[in-house]
Amino acid sequence: MTAATTQVTAGETQTIVAARRLSETKTVFIGVGRPSTAAILARMVHNPELILVYESGTIGAKPFHIPLSIGDGELAETADSIVSVPEMFNYWIGAGRIDVAFLGAAQIDRHANLNSTVIGDYDHPKTRLPGSGGAPEIAACCGEVIVIAPHAKRTFVEKLDFVTTVGHGDGPGSRERLGFRGRGPTAVITDLGVLEPDPHTCELVLTQIHPGVEVEEVRRETGWDLQVADDLVTTDPPTNEELSALRELIDR
Amino acid sequence: MTEVMSLPEAVAELVSDGDSVALEGFTHLIPFAAGHEIIRQRRRELELIRMTPDLLYDQMIGMGVARRLVFSYGGNPGVGGLHRFRDAVEKGWPRAVEIEEHSHAGMANRYAAGAAHMPCAVMRGYVGTDLMARTTVAPVTCPFTGEQLVAVPALRPDVAIVHAQEADRKGNVQLWGIPGVQKEAVLAAQRSLVTVERIVDELELRLGGIVIPEWVITAVAVAPGGSRPSYSLGITNRDNDFYKFWDKMSRDRDQFTAWMDENVLGKEVSAT
Repeated sequence: MTAATTQVTAGETQTIVAARRLSETKTVFIGVGRPSTAAILARMVHNPELILVYESGTIGAKPFHIPLSIGDGELAETADSIVSVPEMFNYWIGAGRIDVAFLGAAQIDRHANLNSTVIGDYDHPKTRLPGSGGAPEIAACCGEVIVIAPHAKRTFVEKLDFVTTVGHGDGPGSRERLGFRGRGPTAVITDLGVLEPDPHTCELVLTQIHPGVEVEEVRRETGWDLQVADDLVTTDPPTNEELSALRELIDR
Repeated sequence: MTEVMSLPEAVAELVSDGDSVALEGFTHLIPFAAGHEIIRQRRRELELIRMTPDLLYDQMIGMGVARRLVFSYGGNPGVGGLHRFRDAVEKGWPRAVEIEEHSHAGMANRYAAGAAHMPCAVMRGYVGTDLMARTTVAPVTCPFTGEQLVAVPALRPDVAIVHAQEADRKGNVQLWGIPGVQKEAVLAAQRSLVTVERIVDELELRLGGIVIPEWVITAVAVAPGGSRPSYSLGITNRDNDFYKFWDKMSRDRDQFTAWMDENVLGKEVSAT
């Protein structure tokens, strides 16, 4: 059963598509915002055994509410285990124990490299962003990375102002040369569709488009000449179950 | 035995102009009261070290306390950017602040190396990023396997300041909930101050609790509610509304200054 798609916002579709990606996942590493909402939704609808790992050191957190910060009290109170920050990065992330990581970014390029450091020149920034946080090592070490970002030309750029986090580097072979063990970005989920790296070139290609979105719109909002997969699919509209669970979660 | 002092006394004794100071607490147990006391005592030229500068360092930077900032994520968690930090880096207001930034993994390993009194930590990370050319990190080769790794220098702050739920009368400290890098920061520093919610006759050991023995702590000060608007698990709750309020209010220099005058400079802490 599907809900009437006209009533669904682009943001809701983006969150629901991200949650679907976690239906077979064992462990997911998440930051706050949409990734956190998507992971909690996945536990509600698709995968009740999903293990949520937050950067604050809470492993197996089972939040009932959407946390504002990665260190909200509810995450600590519901976690299976709480570890220090050095342990989180060395024993859990660095050791490659996490299957999927959700990351965001202010800029992303065609090889899914990410910038969360600065817009403009580093020494004389136009906009100073928060910085890397855990992203570089998370992207190097987790089994795979799913990027969640709003689809806009200022975000999907031809060239990053700063490489904070390596996705697929310069293309094929980059990750191997750098000694990374995870597979890197496998999908970029936006409010317009889903981009996935081409298996031969590692360049992001539009493989999935959300209901009611035109390909031309996605290309217009992308800062490089976006290629479209031959077998482009349209996203299955959110089901009533997904939509009501998401709305109930946000209202809690 | 560690000395139990009032917060103003402890800050006056431990923190001097020009010191490198790490106030730690990863979202949880952030030592706001101690940071505010540093602002009230008009300390200057500090090198502020902290993984997640957060609102507390936004306030300290905006009040002109810092000469330099060492960090890995300068954001308001779950809300957005830090406007006073941005204003200092982008426009030099109220003064220019030199920055040294790392990844979280790098900072965590730097603290761990400091706690171990090692000169550096060895890790996988940074390679391929533009951070590599902008910060203190160097490639090293594993002498056993030949794997290419990186080294980051140990952090050895002059002073570490952390907040915990409780201490006993001797100054042994217990904290529980999200532990962050507080233990590492205390052990890495030359001097340390722990502010606590309360003093108890005897520590009642908690599941997952971390005890820091008094003989590695320089001073303990009682500061009830001293982590607000962050929180002390089991005692106070995180004030998420304040984090959202800060995002709006702190955009404007005059509003920020007026708020700090009223809520920090104008408030003396009781000498408990």
